[in-house]
Amino acid sequence: MSAGLDSRWAISWLRAAAEVVADHRIDLSELDRAIGDGDHGENLDRGFSAIVEKLAVETPQTPGAVFKLAAMALMSKVGGAAGPLYGTAFLRAATASGDAAELDPALLAAALTAARDGVVARGKAAAGDKTMVDAWSPAAAAAAAAVAAGDGVVEVLEAAAAAAEAGAVATDPLTARKGRASYLGERSAGHRDPGAASSALILRAAADAANQPAAGRPGGDAA
Amino acid sequence: MSVGLVIVSHSEKLALGVVELAAQMASGVRIVAAGGTDGAVGAARIGTSLERIMEALDVADSGDGVLILTDLGSAVMTAESALEIMGDPLTAALADAPLVEGAVAAAVAAQSGAGLDAVRKAAETAWQPAVVAPAEGGSDGLGGPGAAGSGTEASAGQGGVGGDDAVCADLLLINPMGLHARPAAALAGALGGLAVEISINDVDGQSVMMLMTLAAGMGSRLRVRATGPDAGKAVDLVRSEVERGFGEM
Repeated sequence: MSAGLDSRWAISWLRAAAEVVADHRIDLSELDRAIGDGDHGENLDRGFSAIVEKLAVETPQTPGAVFKLAAMALMSKVGGAAGPLYGTAFLRAATASGDAAELDPALLAAALTAARDGVVARGKAAAGDKTMVDAWSPAAAAAAAAVAAGDGVVEVLEAAAAAAEAGAVATDPLTARKGRASYLGERSAGHRDPGAASSALILRAAADAANQPAAGRPGGDAA
Repeated sequence: MSVGLVIVSHSEKLALGVVELAAQMASGVRIVAAGGTDGAVGAARIGTSLERIMEALDVADSGDGVLILTDLGSAVMTAESALEIMGDPLTAALADAPLVEGAVAAAVAAQSGAGLDAVRKAAETAWQPAVVAPAEGGSDGLGGPGAAGSGTEASAGQGGVGGDDAVCADLLLINPMGLHARPAAALAGALGGLAVEISINDVDGQSVMMLMTLAAGMGSRLRVRATGPDAGKAVDLVRSEVERGFGEM
């Protein structure tokens, strides 16, 4: 594996994320139906499909440019709160990535931290509020820890994905304090937060894309 | 020209309706709807869209800036995202205001030539409850520094000067309809363009909604109190409008 991740990885990631979001469209909306307005899966699927459509007609040359494209598509096409939240995450990641042709472990962790900060700033939610932040915060922290331990980009993304998955699961018992689920108060406990769940799926796709051969397409091996 | 407005709603119809309503009171203001998000084949569905907001910002800006008004949660987030992508320009601002009342108040202020800050203030004060006459000429906190000076009542008189170098006036409404929507809008708008903290019967004179809550009819008295660089000019403006019956005589 090379030391850094380039735009081909970023494109592979987003295509893989689009597939996984499409595969889990129903599940995510089911989660959202329990405590929200039931459209999270459809909305995200629409947004990621828009990213794939854009990538069919343009090929950004840096990871940052790929993230910017994703941000604009998500903010324009998702419609619900997930649009500006994911959009801001990708926008801040794009800014953190700058013009770099490749993201090394430190820059990758910085991009993930910037993304997390973007979600926090836009949604004004804190850890434990039962939101996307509960997946993104541990993911950013785990990525930074992996960098500190001298890990490479694949390990950084693996750590982030695993932490996001654990963070999503940990939202189950929480009472929502932000977003529409907060209207349910105590009744939101016992359900996984859909935004945290989708964040874990998307970060897992990032790690999977990094594990594939360079320039690899997501191919037909998705589960 | 004037400050423009962008109306962001999850519903395309709601955004268009607010534009229709606000435009009725401000025909010369660019008020642009950015409601809904892209649905199947050109139809809008419920949601908000960055693209729609950014296009609307472009159309609404005639060079004097744009104020954005939004409905629920994610509309605010999408509007904030648009501003972030544009590099948080000084020529665009997001109002923390109720959509309908804020849009009407902002449109009226913009129509009267108020700057972006004043238009934003008009929107953001649209929702504040009317203040019942204070016990001691006290302030409700809306009049800003200087409005709290005691003795306002005592100094009230034609062109009197109140405490803290405030300029005061006590005026009689002579037109049959009193301070109804149109004159309230005209007054608030004109005052919005001045460097002044002005209260009329203890509400913010730069807020059309607050002036309308006074429900001041013919024969009512208006106690005007102003501080700031344009205080004299502001009180003269109110006096002249009141004395000519807002042009309705």
